[in-house]
Amino acid sequence: MTHTAGTFLFSLFFLCLASSVEYVESSQPASLAAEDISTNSNGPKQDSLFDDDPEDLFAEATEEVSLDSPERDVLLSDGPSPAITPITPPTSVITPLAKYTKCIFFPVIEEEEGGDSFDIHISVSDPEKVGEYMTSISLFKRNEFAVKRRFSDFLGLHSKLASKYLHIGYIVPPAPEKSIVGMTKVKVGKEDQSSNEFVEKRRSALERYLMRTVKHPILLKDPDVLQFLESSELPRAVSTQALSSAGLLRMVNKAADAVNKMTIKMNESDAWFEEKQQHFENLDVQLRKLHTSVESLVCHRKELSVNTAQFAKSAAMLGNSEDHTALSRALSQLAEVEEKIDQLHQDQANADFYLFSELLGDYVRLLTAVKGVFDHRMKTWQKWQDSQMLLQKKREAEAKLQFTNKPDKLQQAKDEIKELEGKVQQGERDFEQISKTIRKEVSRFEKERVKDFKTIIIKYLESLVQTQQQLIKYWEAFLPEAKAIS
Amino acid sequence: CPRAVNVDLQTDAMLQVDISDALSERDKVKFTVHTKSTLPNFKQNEFSVVRQHEEFIWLHDSFVENEEYAGYIIPPAPPRPDFDASREKLQKLGEGEGSMTKEEFTKMKQELEAEYLAIFKKTVAMHEVFLCRVAAHPVLRKDLNFHVFLEYNQDLSVRGKNKKEKLEDFFKNVVKSADGVLVAGVKDVDDFFEHEKTFLLEYHNRVKDASAKSDRMIRSHKSKNLLNPIASSLYTLGTQDSTDLCKFFLKVSELFEKTRKIEARIAADEDLKLADLLKYYLRESQAAKDLLYRRSRALVDYENANKALDKARAKNRDVLQAETSQQLCCHKFEKISESAKQELIDFKTRRVAAFRKNLVELAELELKHAKGNLQLLQGCLGILKGNT
Repeated sequence: MTHTAGTFLFSLFFLCLASSVEYVESSQPASLAAEDISTNSNGPKQDSLFDDDPEDLFAEATEEVSLDSPERDVLLSDGPSPAITPITPPTSVITPLAKYTKCIFFPVIEEEEGGDSFDIHISVSDPEKVGEYMTSISLFKRNEFAVKRRFSDFLGLHSKLASKYLHIGYIVPPAPEKSIVGMTKVKVGKEDQSSNEFVEKRRSALERYLMRTVKHPILLKDPDVLQFLESSELPRAVSTQALSSAGLLRMVNKAADAVNKMTIKMNESDAWFEEKQQHFENLDVQLRKLHTSVESLVCHRKELSVNTAQFAKSAAMLGNSEDHTALSRALSQLAEVEEKIDQLHQDQANADFYLFSELLGDYVRLLTAVKGVFDHRMKTWQKWQDSQMLLQKKREAEAKLQFTNKPDKLQQAKDEIKELEGKVQQGERDFEQISKTIRKEVSRFEKERVKDFKTIIIKYLESLVQTQQQLIKYWEAFLPEAKAIS
Repeated sequence: CPRAVNVDLQTDAMLQVDISDALSERDKVKFTVHTKSTLPNFKQNEFSVVRQHEEFIWLHDSFVENEEYAGYIIPPAPPRPDFDASREKLQKLGEGEGSMTKEEFTKMKQELEAEYLAIFKKTVAMHEVFLCRVAAHPVLRKDLNFHVFLEYNQDLSVRGKNKKEKLEDFFKNVVKSADGVLVAGVKDVDDFFEHEKTFLLEYHNRVKDASAKSDRMIRSHKSKNLLNPIASSLYTLGTQDSTDLCKFFLKVSELFEKTRKIEARIAADEDLKLADLLKYYLRESQAAKDLLYRRSRALVDYENANKALDKARAKNRDVLQAETSQQLCCHKFEKISESAKQELIDFKTRRVAAFRKNLVELAELELKHAKGNLQLLQGCLGILKGNT
């Protein structure tokens, strides 16, 4: 990976095996996306932050997956295949970090009321730096695709999905956050450990984001999602820049929403919603707390690693100056053990982070989306109530008009009332619909949550087991050395 | 202190010293020094006295200042008992009692008390080691001050050094370090001492560095937070969750409580077996360096006396005086050299034995704790996997 100015391009390796896939052209919901994604006509000058070096950089080719892998036959079998069959991911350089971050999710989309069931495996890999122009895709065989996407493409995808589905009650997984600091470092071309870690963090986050999105049965069928996964070229999403005016506008709108939420007092007729909202509130508080503690655990372990490495060096020096041969050798061995233990601490810190900490971070962000749909329900209710109140007023006004001699105005009032009656009915339908959707979504979300936490916690504990097993190995090897001192 | 009984083979007399009890009072620690001996000097065969830290220092300094002992490695003085940090923490805890739950308060109090107890045990051990080293030394064990220290059941009334004396000490050290440079520069005729000098200078520095780094490593192994926030958060999550996850969270919370305890034990054991070992040999290697310094000084005095004698003979004045002086210096130097050689050989033997013992025990403890951790983790995993 050569590091010079430029953005990172992620290879999306997409393997989709479907018994039957419905590429339904879902009807566009009433509200259109706020952003108009235009083509790249304005050129690179528009986005100062993502200014690319015009020099084209060498982009490594995506690696092919061995299509002769034995698992393939199982996957190609007809009929629903609910078994979880991990597919060997593209064998790019698997850095030690990547051990915990590559392809954690091997999902199975369960059969839903006689719907489709298919295995999808997505891996985001090979972050490459390229210049302005995207290189062409490598299309392997019929059901496997690899496409290249920029970080802003992911954000653009989320933006579109959020604007289409959030307000009708679907929990749209949030995209990974931007980090201006991290991105700037990478852009400046700092090739050091922290910028490598940043890239890996981001890659892993994007992978999890995509997996969560495609696990959602409705979102998977969305044309934007399909285009994202398959299309060789995507129009540049220009409104996702960190400090763009559109970004600022969105921030302002979010703030305004927050204020509005506080003033809506809903007559909750359904205890289920109140209960669930409380549950998510509590969960949010606890997960945030836990997340903070785990983040500090990661820090702590990294500090321990650094100090262990320093001690190892010091012990080696001490061993060198010790003039009793056997003791000198034992001290050198001790230094080696401590060096290996330092590496163990680093690996464990990565597991702490990529398994435990990121899981918690993801769920804290997901809960914001969950809370969002509940808020939208309240807004829908408010809208319905507003229509109803307006209707009431118009009826009262019409009643008054009955006694006046203004046939035109009376007719107008009657027309308005008819229109409003329609609106009220629609409002009620919307409210019922969103309530129904949320119930389903929450049920699906909770199922996913349970599965995610169980899987990851077990993986995390397994990482702890591995660390202890290694420790035992190292100290068992050292003990005879220590006993050999005479 | 290894409960080795020190037997003087010549007189068949036994001398065994230990600290049988200790009391920590507000600003001092009272050690009960217990002696068992068949030496004729003592009135009884078994007796105890109460001593404070200053009296240990007094004894140590009396050895250092005694010209007769110039040729020995003086066992390093035990460090001053330091409970300040621990006491401060306990005090802060007391002040903050209102701001935490009863559970949290009890937990923190237990942890801090355990910490206090550990420091206390350590200071007792270090004072005991000093006494044992003296009792094991063939010459020092016969020292009169030592016997008074062991037997005299009244307060020795040794006040701490006053300002003037502390200043004198300071200058003595300054002179010594200036001379230290001199010592390092002069090549010794004797190969053995030349080697020891080179070795000790480097070794002492390396031990100092290793001691500091091991302290830092072990400090970061100890948990920064006396409470276990991860375990408590998981516990709360477990009690709040209505799904399958509640069992998961509760089990993992329990696991982390237990593994945290083991981690604390690991840090404590590393402290004892590694950090304390290095700290001790930092002090001992300094004492060995001091011996070399004293010998170098004696050599310089001897060489000066030789020169003075030559001058006196040349001038034929005060020759007898110069001769006597030269003979004294020669005798002193040779005496120191002879005992120093043995002392340095013993130092190496002791050092190798101590490192061996501690490194073996360290490895065994690390293994024990890792296996304990592994068992807990695998046990928990088994239950969790069985559940899904």
